[in-house]
Amino acid sequence: MSNVSNRLVRLLNMVPYFQANPQISHAEAAAELGVTRKQLLADLNQLWMCGLPGGGPGDLIDLDFEGDTIEVMFSAGMDRALRLTSPEATGVLMALRALVDVPGVVDPEAARSAIAKIEAAAGAAGGSAAGAPTLADEDVENQATAAVRAATRDRRALSIEYHSASHDTVSQRVVDPIRIAVIGDRSYLEAWCRTAEGVRLFRFDRIVDARVLDEPSAPPEPAVQAGPDTSLFSAESADPTLPSATLLIDASVSWMFDYYPLRVLRELPDGGWEAAMTYASDDWMARFVLGFGAGVQVLGPPGLVERVAHCAVTALAAYGVSIGE
Amino acid sequence: MNLVIALLSTRTYLTAEQIRATVAGYQDSPSDEAFSRMFERDKNELRDLGVPLETGRASAFETIEGYRINRVAYALPPVELSADEAAAVAIATQLWESQEMVNATQGALLKLRAAGVDVDQPDADVAITAVAMPGLRGSEEALGILLSAIDSGRAVQFSHRANRGAPYVDRTLEPWGVVTYRGRWYVVGHDRDREAPRTFRVSRIGDGVRAVGPDRAVTRPDGVNLRDIVHRAVSEWPAGEQARVWVARGRATSLRREAAGSVPSIRDGRDGDELSLDIGMVDRLAREIAGYGADAVVVEPESLRDNVIGRLRAQAGQAVRR
Repeated sequence: MSNVSNRLVRLLNMVPYFQANPQISHAEAAAELGVTRKQLLADLNQLWMCGLPGGGPGDLIDLDFEGDTIEVMFSAGMDRALRLTSPEATGVLMALRALVDVPGVVDPEAARSAIAKIEAAAGAAGGSAAGAPTLADEDVENQATAAVRAATRDRRALSIEYHSASHDTVSQRVVDPIRIAVIGDRSYLEAWCRTAEGVRLFRFDRIVDARVLDEPSAPPEPAVQAGPDTSLFSAESADPTLPSATLLIDASVSWMFDYYPLRVLRELPDGGWEAAMTYASDDWMARFVLGFGAGVQVLGPPGLVERVAHCAVTALAAYGVSIGE
Repeated sequence: MNLVIALLSTRTYLTAEQIRATVAGYQDSPSDEAFSRMFERDKNELRDLGVPLETGRASAFETIEGYRINRVAYALPPVELSADEAAAVAIATQLWESQEMVNATQGALLKLRAAGVDVDQPDADVAITAVAMPGLRGSEEALGILLSAIDSGRAVQFSHRANRGAPYVDRTLEPWGVVTYRGRWYVVGHDRDREAPRTFRVSRIGDGVRAVGPDRAVTRPDGVNLRDIVHRAVSEWPAGEQARVWVARGRATSLRREAAGSVPSIRDGRDGDELSLDIGMVDRLAREIAGYGADAVVVEPESLRDNVIGRLRAQAGQAVRR
């Protein structure tokens, strides 16, 4: 949309906006309208010159904006917001639908009812996009998720039971929530862990239980300032101080590249790839490789290679299978 | 602006001449041609913005067509959102990064606020971080182009691959809509090459999506339910079967959490529990079990047991080869 059109839409909606938000301050209005104070003033002055045909004093839009706040005295019939265009309706609806399935980001029940209301208000404009059929029990948010969301919103500390994949344990800890982060496809609680004395990302679907505590959330200030540490999720931002595994990835498991932060080192003639992946836990990485069987071969570091081999052999022994067979 | 006000307030249709004479901004037109051009441009702009212009005759005697805006068609119907619903909307709109989608949602928010809905600026409680893992949802740019084409009723051309290892194939689609299913986006429409309805995951569509052909060339057939089409194309087979897996005491946490049942059991002198697990996706379960090595042993079914043993052999075999 051109700047001229953007401005026109804004002007068309400004009068009903001020009517709906009486005595709103210049600063707040500018923020909500997405413009600078200067632009807001220019727009208000422009509106002042618009009105009904005839152009007499009684026909023009009348706004009082000399003080700190803005008030509509005469709307010249501009009382209603313009209806949503298809891209506008679709943008809101698709965003809501995308987040409904990611735990902890939005209240799923509220999101679904918001979707229904906006679909109704948008009418045909909402038609280019649709969502999956909803099932009744998907609406009820998991108690732990709801507690985490509430604690983050109300800035209270949390006691959580968390399944740590890297350590293969469920342990209890007290944390100070900082924010909820959506990384890729999943949601995480970014919080100061009092036991670890560091900021951690707790994946929502691994928070087994959560209880809001009476005390306030008090993460150390520097931890709050920094954004979430996503280096383990992204191939680009790998932490050079952490170990990196060199892997041969078979063509049959190419989907791995969509889900794991693999860095391609080279393509292989048989259609596979040699790739690197940074990891923080030896235990986790060994399990990762082992699980893929023929799909992934680990080339290094040597400690990891040995560990995987050892695990495979002892596992086969548990099945009563020796390697010679 | 003045044009819209005039057309909203009129009870009858206003002809171009009447508009020229009374609406501020047109009176100074230097010539008939200049006015015509300005008026056409303004009308088109309004149409692009979705302002519904109606044409008609003011009366039976009037030979020239006039214009007006139907107030009902113009306005957003009353919408009331609860605090929780408004909060959900505020957070959700942070999802977008591309200029197109951000502009669209900001526009929507403005209109909602103008209608009296209290959608606040969201707190910094929720951060939707842009991390480069593009395989998941798919490019916003591709999505934007698809939605725009659907809106104008145009066909699209794009390259698509079934998975990362497969080659890209060019497709021409008459798109009917985009469906969000289990957090993934799918575009559904009539595939011109295969002459049948098809579903494509947006994250598998390559760069360079383009709309082709004239507007309004594509119409969605009546009675077509997009959600059903995607559901059928994408669903996994229902689980049903259960597996029994022995896990060592204090280990294999993820399997324990998924288990439908658990019974203490000693195996080879080690304390542990025998878990009952719904199988669901075999590949995923086998991978998980194999990862736990000697700490998780499949008791049954045989097919799952063989699957896991196969993975372990492959890893052990690699070691032997070295």
